[in-house]
Amino acid sequence: MKLLESLRFAFQALTGFRLRSILMVLAMSIGVASVMILTGIGEGARGYVSGQFASLGTHMLIVIPGRTETGGAGAAFTVPDTPRDLTLDDAIALRRSAHVSMVAPVVLGSGLVSAKGRERDIPILGSTRELFTIRHWELSQGTALPEGDLQRDTPVCVLGSKVRKELFGADPVLGEWLRVGDRRMRIIGVLRPGGMSVGVDVDDVVLVPVATAQALFNSPSLFRIMVSATRRESIEPARRFVRDTLRERHQGEEDVTVITQDAVLATFDQILGALTLAVGGIGAISLVVAGILVMNVMLVAVSQRTAEIGLLKALGARRSGILQLFLYEAVLLCLLGAVVGTLVGQAGVWALASTYPQVPVATPLWAWIAGVSVAVVTGVLFGVLPARRAADLDPVTALSRR
Amino acid sequence: MIRLEGIDRIFQVGDQQVHALSQVDLEVGTGEYISIMGPSGSGKSTLLNLLGLLDRPTSGRYFLNDQDVSGLDDARQAYTRRRYIGFVFQFFHLVPRLTAAGNVELPLILDGVAPAERHERVKTSLAEVGLADRAHHRPDQLSGGQRQRVAIARATIMRPQLLLADEPTGNLDQASGADVLKVLEALSDQGIALMVVTHDANIGARAHRAIRMVDGRIVSDRAQ
Repeated sequence: MKLLESLRFAFQALTGFRLRSILMVLAMSIGVASVMILTGIGEGARGYVSGQFASLGTHMLIVIPGRTETGGAGAAFTVPDTPRDLTLDDAIALRRSAHVSMVAPVVLGSGLVSAKGRERDIPILGSTRELFTIRHWELSQGTALPEGDLQRDTPVCVLGSKVRKELFGADPVLGEWLRVGDRRMRIIGVLRPGGMSVGVDVDDVVLVPVATAQALFNSPSLFRIMVSATRRESIEPARRFVRDTLRERHQGEEDVTVITQDAVLATFDQILGALTLAVGGIGAISLVVAGILVMNVMLVAVSQRTAEIGLLKALGARRSGILQLFLYEAVLLCLLGAVVGTLVGQAGVWALASTYPQVPVATPLWAWIAGVSVAVVTGVLFGVLPARRAADLDPVTALSRR
Repeated sequence: MIRLEGIDRIFQVGDQQVHALSQVDLEVGTGEYISIMGPSGSGKSTLLNLLGLLDRPTSGRYFLNDQDVSGLDDARQAYTRRRYIGFVFQFFHLVPRLTAAGNVELPLILDGVAPAERHERVKTSLAEVGLADRAHHRPDQLSGGQRQRVAIARATIMRPQLLLADEPTGNLDQASGADVLKVLEALSDQGIALMVVTHDANIGARAHRAIRMVDGRIVSDRAQ
């Protein structure tokens, strides 16, 4: 029997038992589709996190007050309980390196903000114009925070898009006054809506100059300092420079933590990569379950078609020919399942991607290949047993049944 | 054409040994028309299965065209069945999802015949059994007699030398049984050796040679 004829015969058998075949294809396609969708979500999460970090600027160092390093019992005596605060002077000192392109000190707090009789409690972020560049924030109206002397307290502010809408509605805001805490500030700009940007909702914030924020909260300490290195290669020298400069300024005490974007990103990448594998594995289990289903159904098919197998033998089919027929049937089932599963999976991925446009959901190629090949291998593996049973049937007994 | 020498076939049923055939010797010439009769369990079907290479003798030798075929391997046996032997069964054994033409085509597919030639031969073969207009009907759309004639077309499309029929009319009414028998006899006239196992004395009497079996032995074998 020729290959093509065997395939055709197997295919005819599939279409001959339509309901059974459809159910099998369904089971298989659920397996394949779940592998695709689950890995797609995993990859999407990874892409999303990477994207978020990229929006922070990939050459970035974040300086946080306090030392987050576990030490032995000896170390506990040397590390002070309360770390020294980061100050504006620290931030200014960090500008003095060829490896550093931008420095943005950040003060974070919250306060009552009111305008036109409406009042809200909103996070208030004190920083500089550099932060807009580092974080790739764009303005829908007006200008960013003023450049120049960091120490200057200027009563101006930039609003997040949500704040603007809630306090002013559709009214024009540029040049209007906003009461922040016990001070009045002139509105000079509105941020373009941008969703979440690690930690702070940029839509729901009021931005003021850093010195203004310090005055507002009556505290000279900074929440953190964002430092942008000039190039990717200068991240390490910049990090050393930051550490050394601050140690010098803090009387030889290394009391800050410097996080590089790369390290954080790599960690997240690793975690989310593992997550993708894990959910992909869960999908693969459903594929194996589908494989066992295929085996069951093929076994039933063999006993249902005992007479047919006996007949084929009587007509001169070889043992190997019958083995082939049933194996092809199982593999065809699984292939069909893989094709349908791919379509369903891609449709699911597409639906997810259009529901959550900010998450780049996409099935990685390896998952696609793995899903389809696991489906086919499953077909072969779980098809062998039923096919062998068919091939080994005794034609006399097979034909003696009606 | 066929020579059986001292054929024994012993089945193990539980701890008992059943002699389905004992010391059977038989010669069959080209184009003979033979009926095999006997009570249930006398070994008629076992003999037919052995002749059709579906079963192997426990001992003894089977010569087909002077070649010992009792010890062939699976592939050679399958080849011999395909080329030299045709089967007709009491319950037709048509593949339900295939059309009449599809069923008749099966042996040709198994033999690797090209599609164009297959098509022609199937057409001729169906016409010979008077079913040219039923080629595209599935078995469940055919009457019993028509189904058996499809089965005969399938059994003879490879032009076998030996046609083995196990109760070919056992599942048919009188009229279609007679039709089927006529078709079979016409084939026998064309030089195919026909061996029919039957319970029906009328059919047995129509054959040119009658074999009677009891308890796995041939008790009478005469021309008529």
